[in-house]
Amino acid sequence: MTTAPLIEARDLTKTYVTSEPYTAVKGIDFEVRPGEAFGVLGANGAGKSSTMRMIACVSPVTSGTLRILGMDAARDGERIRARLGVVPQDDTLDTELTVRENLLIYGRYFGIPWKALRERCDQLLAFSRLEDKGSQAVSTLSGGMRRRLTIARALINQPEILLLDEPTTGLDPQARHLLWERLFQLKEDGVTLLLTTHYMDEAEQLCDRLVVMDAGKIVAEGSPADLIERHSTREVLELRFAAHERQLMIDKCAGVTERVEVLPDRLVLYTGDGESTLAAVHALGVRPAGAFVRRSTLEDVFLTLTGRSLVE
Amino acid sequence: MTTTAAVRGLTYWLFRYRRTWRGSIVISVVNPLFFMIALGLGLGKLIDDRPNPQLHGHTYAEFIVPGLLVAAVMQTAFLEAAGPVFQSTRPTGNYRSASATPLRPADIFHGHLLFWLLRAAQNAILFIAVCACFGAVDLVHATLLVPIAVLVAVAFCAPASAWAVTVDRPAKLNMMFRFVILPLYMFSGTFFPIEQLPSWLQPVAWATPLWHGIDLARGVALDTATLPLTLIHVAYLAAFTAAGIAFARRNYRRQLYV
Ligand SMILES: Nc1ncnc2c1ncn2[C@@H]1O[C@H](COP(=O)(O)OP(=O)(O)O)[C@@H](O)[C@H]1O
Ligand SMILES: [Mg+2]
Repeated sequence: MTTAPLIEARDLTKTYVTSEPYTAVKGIDFEVRPGEAFGVLGANGAGKSSTMRMIACVSPVTSGTLRILGMDAARDGERIRARLGVVPQDDTLDTELTVRENLLIYGRYFGIPWKALRERCDQLLAFSRLEDKGSQAVSTLSGGMRRRLTIARALINQPEILLLDEPTTGLDPQARHLLWERLFQLKEDGVTLLLTTHYMDEAEQLCDRLVVMDAGKIVAEGSPADLIERHSTREVLELRFAAHERQLMIDKCAGVTERVEVLPDRLVLYTGDGESTLAAVHALGVRPAGAFVRRSTLEDVFLTLTGRSLVE
Repeated sequence: MTTTAAVRGLTYWLFRYRRTWRGSIVISVVNPLFFMIALGLGLGKLIDDRPNPQLHGHTYAEFIVPGLLVAAVMQTAFLEAAGPVFQSTRPTGNYRSASATPLRPADIFHGHLLFWLLRAAQNAILFIAVCACFGAVDLVHATLLVPIAVLVAVAFCAPASAWAVTVDRPAKLNMMFRFVILPLYMFSGTFFPIEQLPSWLQPVAWATPLWHGIDLARGVALDTATLPLTLIHVAYLAAFTAAGIAFARRNYRRQLYV
């Protein structure tokens, strides 16, 4: 069965016209299908926000086509925005208004009648676990609460697609988990999620499918498991060395596995079986200060594809 | 559709105004009150209160009230347009959150413009009511002055916001106030007829929208208005408004859709 994609980008390009024109998005293709959680994984400056802002219809497409909910982003911005929920990377909550007023005024922008709006506010405050904060100033909220309020605000018009640009950047682990749990709930309720992140664990946890973006281009696409299978080995052996013999040890390890990555703080060996590779390394007389076998993650996929780690 | 969208934008500013309206009314009343008291206590003693030939046969109080009104309304208009527009356009500002909704940049601008219009009307009514209490203007003329003041306010808000939406540093707002708005206040005939200025400065005054506003208001208040001059003043202010609105709509779109 095929369902029409909710978002369809073809050769999508964004060039900022500044004193020196800069192309932040370089001809990308992707589609987002109904009900899925689709991720864009990439390091800072990859062009994630630029892409999200074009989809949110607040940034004109330079070239290529972008269709959202069957409409053209260049022509039908108003009608598309009426059916989207947007959680931007920059916090745009209104500090002049209370928590509840933030939801009310945003709902009015969508033309939701006052009575329905008040009910919806109560529901959303409960959904975002802010029911006792309604009359407080936004400035009294913690980072996690602000983010949840931004999500509640984005849901005011019962959007078909929710765009989340780095939803958990800057949050502590507990706040992140609470937010993920809310996003799972939305997914179960059938909301299509499109999120960007530079956290591989977030992408793995939340996304059914994702693209890896680097320097304005999409370098890989698939489910997290797919990507790991295609672009990495099953297991990874990480070795750390004392500084004085580091280079010597690294040289000794060359050729133990087909792929070896030298990172500033560690050596990463890609292997089907971490334990036997560790034994092989020991047999070569390598004495690591620390050794650690783990499953491959999206971080390794990113490293394979770009030669850099996600978070510097 | 467009009207309702602008009203939705206006709703935001009214929501915010619910927190500040008391203070703003005090300011609107205290400003003319001080002028009236100063005029009665000090200036009035210095400048005699007999009809003055240089003031076309009017007393100084009668002469200055329309000028003060229009200049005060202009000043408030600039202050309410420039700073808030700059703040609202910042990456975390309220224009940005409104842009993510069905509102278009033009709707966002129109909503804010409606708010300035209401504020200017409120400000003008309070100002002229205080002057009327001191007998400096009668009720009929006072009523006529309000729409003139609102026209001047809009003629300033529109271009001021068109400029402020492009401003990148708050220091520029202060510079504009100090080097454009205050000199306008001083040299557009607020306190004295521009015929008193050196002759080379007079054409500069003619070019300023404030002088047109003040001369229009003064002509109406003192019954010295002529039809051609009135039409010229209104047309000038209307043209300023129209150009300001056109620039604002363009600049809002450019700034909010990057
Ligand atoms: N308004 C803009 N004008 C000029 N360059 C921009 C603008 N916004 C983003 N960029 C540039 O585009 C590139 C991609 O930025 P962005 O889309 O924010 O990436 P990400 O969200 O992945 O960190 C960066 O190099 C950034 O400096
Ligand atoms: Mg970003």
